[in-house]
Amino acid sequence: MNAEQTAPLAEELYRVWVYLSASPLLFLTLTLTAYVIGDAVYRRAGLSPWANPVLIAVLLLVGLLLATGTSYADYFEGAQFVHFLLGPATVALAVPLYRNVRALRRALLPLAVALLGGTLTAVGSAVGIAWALGATRETLLSLAPKSVTTPIAMGISEAIGGLPSLTAVLVILTGILGAVLATATLNLLRITDWRARGFAIGLAAHGIGTARALSLNEVAGAFASLAMGLNGLATAILVPVLIRLLIG
Amino acid sequence: MLFFLTLLLVCQLIGEVAVRLVGLPIPGPVIGLVLLFGGLLIRGGEPPEALSQVTSGLLDNLALLFVPAGVGVMLHLGLVRDEWLPIVGALIGSAIATVAVTALLMSLVARLTGAAPSAEERKE
Repeated sequence: MNAEQTAPLAEELYRVWVYLSASPLLFLTLTLTAYVIGDAVYRRAGLSPWANPVLIAVLLLVGLLLATGTSYADYFEGAQFVHFLLGPATVALAVPLYRNVRALRRALLPLAVALLGGTLTAVGSAVGIAWALGATRETLLSLAPKSVTTPIAMGISEAIGGLPSLTAVLVILTGILGAVLATATLNLLRITDWRARGFAIGLAAHGIGTARALSLNEVAGAFASLAMGLNGLATAILVPVLIRLLIG
Repeated sequence: MLFFLTLLLVCQLIGEVAVRLVGLPIPGPVIGLVLLFGGLLIRGGEPPEALSQVTSGLLDNLALLFVPAGVGVMLHLGLVRDEWLPIVGALIGSAIATVAVTALLMSLVARLTGAAPSAEERKE
């Protein structure tokens, strides 16, 4: 918004904007509003993975901040209250994981093998392809934890020297792509075991994939949320070690 | 309710302190997750109702919590413009490879170990 505009109404609005943007209320409210709009679009689109509410909210807010010349630091003053809850939400993932502990015990060996192979593939293929196509070190480090649910992925990215905010966006895009591509891939491979289908979607595409699996089949949904939690743990433990071996 | 919200924060705090004391590269909240999971395993049975209420309150709106971090991409628009090809290539290639490897390994090992899917666990 431009202070040079001479129309009295615009000047008045500008003054209100300057006043409001100095308090956390404005950007906290705008964050919630953008998400509510994103969620409404997602529902209107019949829960299509392309109409991801987080992606819509992020696009709306980035557009608004760029148009008004607001810095990310000013925005974050208000948005930090939402951001803070990521930590306790990560701890809270222990409860759904615990609820699936019986399914885990029944298929312990297949799950352990699939988890290890899947985690290594997710990290190795992403870093390998990006490296072959000429990505910089920062991008490689930010990509490594992209299959894991956002709070864990951002923590890993920060711990290994990536850019947590870039990781957050890569994680969301991974979820959308995984939800869109998984069904075709699994059908092509003739995988008929719902447990394997769900576990694969949840491992590759975290919460967004889990939501997709839940909408298709209940067994698949339970195994997807199990995969999301286990892959979060496995990636948090394996990525720092792998990165030290691969990139040094 | 307040007790369990405090419990979540205490688990996270212990995790953060442990990470800094030992110098682990694992995020503190992940250690908190393991602590709470371990506690539930030791306790056994259904998780307490009030705990489930607190955790589903947080997890039902989990996606909202990613928005402030996602907006941070505006700091890296130049990087994304310069490296869009490796980024898009890695995301698409890795999504297909990860789904394929995980599903194949899981169904193969399940068949080998006699943990084949029951009728309701099979598609069609």
